[in-house]
Amino acid sequence: MPNFEHPEYPEATLLHLESMVPCRESQVSSLLSIFGERQHFSFPSIFIYGHTSSGKTYVMQTLLETLELPHVFVNCVECFTSRLLLEEILTELQSLSSENKHGSHMPCDTFNDFVRLFKQEIIIQDLQNQTVYIVLDKAEQLREMEANVLPGFLRLQEMTDRNVTVVFLSEIVWELFRPNTGCLEPFTLYFPDYSIGNLQKILSHYHPPEYSADFYAAYINILLGVFYTVCRDLKELRHLAALNFTKYCEPVVRGEANERDTRRLWKNIESHLKKAMQTVYLREISSSQWERIQQDDGEPGHLKGLSAHAHVELPYYSKFLLIAAYLASYNPARTDKRFFLKHHGKIKKTNFLKKHEKTSNHLLGPKPFPLDRLLAILYSIVDNKVAPTANIFSQITSLVTLQLLTLVGHDDQLDGPKYKCTVSLDFIRAIARTVNFDIIKYLYDFL
Amino acid sequence: TALRFVDKKCYIRARFVYIYLSFCLSLADYFSQGKNDSEDSGLRFASCQLLWKQINSETEKIQEELNKQLFDNLIRFLRQSHSEFQTKTTEWMCRMKSSEIPTAALVLGVNVTDHDVTFKSLSEVLQDNVTPYVVSLQAKECPGIKHLLQKLMGQLMDCYVDADSSEEEECVNISQKKIRCSMASLSKWYENVTKKTGSETPSKKRTSSSRHWQSPPVVVIFKDMEIISSQHIHEFPLVLIFGIATSPMIIHRLLPHSVSSLLCIELFQSLSCKEHLATVIDKLLLTTQFPFKLSEKVLQVLINIFLYHDFSVQNFIKGFQLSIVEHFYSQPLSVLCCQLLEAKKRVTSLSHNQCENIRSLPSFRRYVESQVSEKQIALLTEDSFLKEVTQTLLEDLHIYHENYFTVLRCLHVFTTSLPKYPLGKQIRELHCACLGKSVWETEEYESAIQLLRMLAKDELVAILQKCAEIFISPSGKQFSNTVEKLEEFLARFQNLEEANEVQDVSVSSQKELQKKTDLYHLQKTLLALKESKRSKKLTKFEMLRFEVVDFIDSLVRSYLAPAEMQTLNEVVYFNTANTLREHLNAAPRIALHTALNNPYCYLKNQTLKSDVGCISNTAPDICIVYKLHLECGRLINLVDWLEAFSTVVTAVEGTDPEAVATDQVDEIIHARFIRAVSELELLGFIKPSKQKTDHVARLTWGGC
Repeated sequence: MPNFEHPEYPEATLLHLESMVPCRESQVSSLLSIFGERQHFSFPSIFIYGHTSSGKTYVMQTLLETLELPHVFVNCVECFTSRLLLEEILTELQSLSSENKHGSHMPCDTFNDFVRLFKQEIIIQDLQNQTVYIVLDKAEQLREMEANVLPGFLRLQEMTDRNVTVVFLSEIVWELFRPNTGCLEPFTLYFPDYSIGNLQKILSHYHPPEYSADFYAAYINILLGVFYTVCRDLKELRHLAALNFTKYCEPVVRGEANERDTRRLWKNIESHLKKAMQTVYLREISSSQWERIQQDDGEPGHLKGLSAHAHVELPYYSKFLLIAAYLASYNPARTDKRFFLKHHGKIKKTNFLKKHEKTSNHLLGPKPFPLDRLLAILYSIVDNKVAPTANIFSQITSLVTLQLLTLVGHDDQLDGPKYKCTVSLDFIRAIARTVNFDIIKYLYDFL
Repeated sequence: TALRFVDKKCYIRARFVYIYLSFCLSLADYFSQGKNDSEDSGLRFASCQLLWKQINSETEKIQEELNKQLFDNLIRFLRQSHSEFQTKTTEWMCRMKSSEIPTAALVLGVNVTDHDVTFKSLSEVLQDNVTPYVVSLQAKECPGIKHLLQKLMGQLMDCYVDADSSEEEECVNISQKKIRCSMASLSKWYENVTKKTGSETPSKKRTSSSRHWQSPPVVVIFKDMEIISSQHIHEFPLVLIFGIATSPMIIHRLLPHSVSSLLCIELFQSLSCKEHLATVIDKLLLTTQFPFKLSEKVLQVLINIFLYHDFSVQNFIKGFQLSIVEHFYSQPLSVLCCQLLEAKKRVTSLSHNQCENIRSLPSFRRYVESQVSEKQIALLTEDSFLKEVTQTLLEDLHIYHENYFTVLRCLHVFTTSLPKYPLGKQIRELHCACLGKSVWETEEYESAIQLLRMLAKDELVAILQKCAEIFISPSGKQFSNTVEKLEEFLARFQNLEEANEVQDVSVSSQKELQKKTDLYHLQKTLLALKESKRSKKLTKFEMLRFEVVDFIDSLVRSYLAPAEMQTLNEVVYFNTANTLREHLNAAPRIALHTALNNPYCYLKNQTLKSDVGCISNTAPDICIVYKLHLECGRLINLVDWLEAFSTVVTAVEGTDPEAVATDQVDEIIHARFIRAVSELELLGFIKPSKQKTDHVARLTWGGC
């Protein structure tokens, strides 16, 4: 007895559909009932949301393809302007009928054109009698297009007077979409995250043909035990599972253990997986490098990850500029006297402080400072005399392009530009050490 | 404002140099129109160009060699990255793995100016070896995703035309008419191309090498692009190459995990720019291949700019080029700065004027003074005799250089093994030290020799062997004696070793005996042993070590004499470091200050010549206003300022003092004052202040 019941479709198709969408049965059945029969008018728009890789796109695609409903599937990231999006929909619509695979290009600049062309196309394709589905994947991008696009799609049924349903797939909730001017509310449907049981079921579903399902399920169980706490992304997990499976099979291939010997297999793989979590999962080293390591059976220790190369070499004055920028960003401007004048007198920290300055500046983040202050600090921390040459100024801009400093305010402001220093304390300490500058002594927070 | 503008337009300086150079090099008559028009300017220009051509090709060769390893790795990576795409495996593994875009992260260091060259040669290499479809994108060219794709498509289509222009031109024309910039059309295009050409060249791959330099707007684009790309990866192979200036961490910082998880990033590290510079100096400066040499100060200027400011090897070479041009332009005798044989030939055809030039060289005068009186007279009066002597002197100079570089390398081998590197770690530091003054008179050299006298034996032997190799490798005629001597030393060390072994045995047997005594006695005997060692005469090894060090010292003294002491060094050495510094290390603020404070410097008007401190009334108004404002504090009272201005101006004009006394400022003077003040404001020295009425704030600090 299939879970799905629908008078329109044969039972075999529904059974097949059910096998295709594990753990998403309830969502599919509600979608089925919303869709109704082919010729029925459905909701004008359906909004489906859920976290990353909760099967939105997959379910939608399988559903529409298995039931052979006329549909257009468009990824909004690909079409970064509304014009591209509308044209893409029309082209896809053209290619619905099989004989005309590569439709001719239709210029379509405005939504008005789109409605007109859409109506034409429906008649050409002879689709008046069934619901056409337009699925907009990654619908978040619609918010960045012209203001009329989203409301337009929401009432497409009304405007074209055709049997059409627009489906939005998104990772964020509908409330964040709703335009200020108001619009037709879509039917919203939530796809919850897969639970650990669901993940186990889905991942084990696609076991490699050479090994039994049980064996693979046991492997998935171990894998989830390690990774579930940090990652619930199905795609990522599947990727990791595929990467590490050969290592898991090693004892079996060598004949040291049989497929049932879970304990030994677990011992073999566990540390390996943990290492994978620190490296491959964070993309510290690439998957292909990881595979190569596995093949060579070497320790991944000798292969340094991306963050191991944190060291940056800078010209001498750039280092001092960066240090000066750091000091300017994290010290209150009033304390400059205390640090950079010879006879500053004694200033006690407690009296000297205003109330809000008592919080650590490092917790508050870098503050913007004007160029003049940067140069003044630079002149006082460099031992020998620095001439304000064009080279020094160009280094400031270089540091900005290297993203070690950022320009605050607009790029065009030539008069009194302000900067912020964006490097971390560890980084600046490493830099300061190379020029024998004790930066801690100059930082107000560490006084 | 002008001051601020300077730091915005950071490449102004580079452009200046470029203009200057292109001016020098494109106009041959620049040389002849210069101040020394009679002295073989044409010949000088020709030899300058020839020399630069040689040096340029040499630097390109160096670059190529240095990049070879990196490029080879990269090409291997690119070849591998889509092998599975070609074989079209449909295994379980491939289906399960999420499709990642192979990405090479190229860490290039912070010297962004050099990257252009690297990327250019990289894309050339890729085009030759891997695929015709190479696109290189720059961050600043692509402010938005639209531009990026347009650029990408444009470059691809062009490539495509280049690759097989004959057959499919019509197809290209159509697509270029209305490029619909989307990934879908891109993949469709790729399908088309492969369908048509695929049968002939199935190995063709499309590689898009995109470079971006950490500018935030671009990263947004890339984010999107990568999401898109992952869907199409099965349809067409794409490889990304990121150029990274700082650290690879930036990838994680800029791209969210959802994006970076779609990338299969592999890291490639290029050679550090310091090593690059070391090679360049080694190949260009520390060789007799090129006759042109840099004096210590000039080299110091170039190296300082490199180390302190930009880390750019390109700029270093540009500076080197500038000094070549400057040398050939300003030194009439630079006509002799060419290969030895050619130079000798040129000496014979020197004009009388040029002979006089030779006679006026300081180094030549020194030489003349050291000769006997008859010879002195001959040198100063007979041109033909002078020419003969010049030829031998040039030969001497050449030999001096040959010896110099060999001994320098040898000394470098010694000094690099010392703790704390008293004479510098790099050979360039040693070179600078030797060029400037007699190195053996410096304290650093003294301490280095001290340290050498304490070297352990195996170290010393290794160093000596290296030195022997250095002396053998070049033509080595002059150094046959030295090599013999070194080999003798080595042999003696060998003998010592054998002798030592015998000694060691006896010592150990002695110790064997001592083991049986108690601790107290043992200590006592050990102390005694130490004492005896100290007081003992030097061992054979120590004697030998002294001998070696003395030998090296004598080598240094005889061959590493500073270049300035050599006769005729002015011919090949460029030593006006000041000119170079002015050109390469522009100081806009200082220039502005000089212009305003001492207008004579630029206007060359005799009436403007004045003493420091006093304000001339003939100077332009802005100069007077500027000088007056230097004496003020942070806030300047406009009324006082105007009064001072009018006093200065009228005092000079020297009309009747009655008018001044009326306290009424002339309208014209007032207007002039206002104009000058607003000019100062435009230049960024002052700005209106809201703190006090009728006051302006100074924006610069410090007096004259």
